[in-house]
Amino acid sequence: MNLRELAPAPESTAILNLRDSYGLYIDGRWVDAHGGSMATISPATEKPIAEIGLANAGDIDLAVKAARKAYDTVWSRMSGSERGKYLFRIARLLQERAREFAVAETVDNGKPIRETRDIDIPLVAAWFFHYAGWADKLDFAGLGTNPRALGVAGQIIPWNFPLLMLAWKVAPALAAGNTVVLKPAETTPLTALMFVDICEQAGLPAGVVNIVPGLGEVAGQALVTHPGVNKIAFTGSTSVGRHIARELAGTDVALTLELGGKGANIVFDDAAIDEAVEGTVNGIFFNQGHVCCAGSRLLVQENVHDEFVEKLKRRVSTLRVGDPLDKNTDVGAINSREQLDRIEAISATGEPEGASRWTLECAVPKAGFWFRPTIFTGVSTSNTIAREEIFGPVLSVLTFRTPQEALDKANNSPYGLSAGVWTQTASRMLTMADGLRAGVVWSNTFNQFDPTSPFGGYKESGFGREGGRHGVTAYLAAGGAR
Amino acid sequence: MSDMTIPKTYKLFVGGKFPRSESGRTHAVNRPDGGFLANVATASRKDARDAVVAARSAWSSWAGATAYNRGQVLYRVAEMLEGRGAQFAQEIIDSTGATPAAAKAEVRAAIDTLVWYAGWTDKFAQVFGGANPVAGPFFNLTVPDSVGVAVAVAPNAEGSSLLGLVASIAPILTMGNSVVVLASESAPCVAMSFAEVLATSDVPGGVVNILTGNVAEILPWLASHADVNSLDLTGVEGEVAVEAERSAAETLMRVIRPRTFGATEKSFDRIARFVEAKTVWHTKSLA
Repeated sequence: MNLRELAPAPESTAILNLRDSYGLYIDGRWVDAHGGSMATISPATEKPIAEIGLANAGDIDLAVKAARKAYDTVWSRMSGSERGKYLFRIARLLQERAREFAVAETVDNGKPIRETRDIDIPLVAAWFFHYAGWADKLDFAGLGTNPRALGVAGQIIPWNFPLLMLAWKVAPALAAGNTVVLKPAETTPLTALMFVDICEQAGLPAGVVNIVPGLGEVAGQALVTHPGVNKIAFTGSTSVGRHIARELAGTDVALTLELGGKGANIVFDDAAIDEAVEGTVNGIFFNQGHVCCAGSRLLVQENVHDEFVEKLKRRVSTLRVGDPLDKNTDVGAINSREQLDRIEAISATGEPEGASRWTLECAVPKAGFWFRPTIFTGVSTSNTIAREEIFGPVLSVLTFRTPQEALDKANNSPYGLSAGVWTQTASRMLTMADGLRAGVVWSNTFNQFDPTSPFGGYKESGFGREGGRHGVTAYLAAGGAR
Repeated sequence: MSDMTIPKTYKLFVGGKFPRSESGRTHAVNRPDGGFLANVATASRKDARDAVVAARSAWSSWAGATAYNRGQVLYRVAEMLEGRGAQFAQEIIDSTGATPAAAKAEVRAAIDTLVWYAGWTDKFAQVFGGANPVAGPFFNLTVPDSVGVAVAVAPNAEGSSLLGLVASIAPILTMGNSVVVLASESAPCVAMSFAEVLATSDVPGGVVNILTGNVAEILPWLASHADVNSLDLTGVEGEVAVEAERSAAETLMRVIRPRTFGATEKSFDRIARFVEAKTVWHTKSLA
């Protein structure tokens, strides 16, 4: 018997009040989808949650027209302070119904309730609260006085932080005076559809927010290429980001992309080792590693490598993998069969290419999609597992001897989203932060997010920033003639 | 005694040196009245690639220079241009047929543009970034960082043979990027004379590289170059620009589309398009 075994402590799903099926939310009404439907399932059980209508190009056209009408007739004419009040209401409503959204997100996504309850949903409310206050202060956003909204924003979000990514997109867009058409990810549309209820409770005018689930190649493609859209904001894979950038070449459509990453987490020999172990675990096993800014490459100074890896494995051995609704669960389900296949395929290249594999021995449920936390040591920079984004609970450990070597290895990636530095020496930390080619550098911490803090990538991790003043400028243009 | 002049041989400006095109090609450039002005180098794909290599190797030390130092170097460029103002005014007249007053005003504006950006080097970071009041025990700061190697096409517009070139280069240099510039096809001689100003202005070799030739021929190689980070299409129009933007998508290059900025516009936003925002978090504690 495992002495650390705890009795199950599942969060109840009784708080949910879901429908059997959902259509599209366009122009303040639920309408039928014309691109077929698919069930959204719980990745922890593979059981269907609800049937989701899928938008086709015609549906997207209706949504964009509704957003345009709302922009022209209501939203662009409203004062910033009035717009802000709607956003404040949304923030408050989300706080009031936080537990319901946390449970729904966990059921639909597979991530632990501990994370949706303590991180995702509180950040969602914080994001709306932060941007609510921007709505009547746009003169201070750095674009001169009277900056103008871009118009209709098409927003396409991923499945790893479904409602949080909605907040990152919708809150600044509305604050800046745009209206939106948002396409949630195929496997996680549930909380975006529930967000409709929040918009209605807030009394948001019809057409300001339109939610259109659908397939990327159908609904996403139609949204990106729709001539009535002024701005595309996309978070997702680098390959889709490339495709969108290509599609928008030669247009006037503004574009921001938040794409993949292969973050380096650098541990020096003078780091507070126990804290660095915690940070490393948080860096790669948070949200099953389904994090674009995950610290998926651990660079450890050679002289502390063995000690560090041993402590790391000991710590990872205490992680609880399983039912995401259980309040004690640390690592939940992989979001989809497709993603599990991808994680397995890339991980399978580790040993043939020369790395040593260590996988947490633990039981996982029979149904659902599961991948046990895995650590590869002896990884070289040219290995597939050191170069490709795995987007799963898989850590690749490399070593370095000098700070310069650490910088060179960290920057040796087409991505540039995040990096971590663990050292007690402040001057070294600051010099490393200067040299790291990444949009976010976490020092003696990892995977922290805040609505006031700009987030986004260098190089093939995309362009544009979300969060803070920089985030609102992504939805504004300078006033006057240009 | 003969008063026969000695015409200048126009070459490329790559890595701080003035090489001929490796292709050996030149093309004739005429005065507005149709008379012969000069033969200028016709850059090739290989020249473009060499220029990117030069820009990449010059980038890190330029980016790492202090803001004060970059400001002084840009100011030094203005000083050198001032000293050769009469020469540039004449070259603008010879190349474009501008009136003497217009040519003189363009030189003046180019100098003022350089001085304006010189002053931004040590002020941009404060206006652009700053402390972020995150809800937790963290020090959190957003700072601008250079993007890396930029490619820019200098505009052909009237009144921009010198000013358009300077207005393209200066905002790219301000925060530490290096650049490969494709000179305006209509006034390549002015651009290559400006290279002489740069070469005598403490701008490290390779930070600015200027190529003359056919934009439609060279740009595709640069727009698809994996070691180029940003692409300023201010000086391009039509299908050439669209194709360049499409190629740039493959490496997610930052693209400044045509007409985003005026040919001679100087603006804060123009600097901002050539920086990455980097946000640094650090824990706070008494432990």
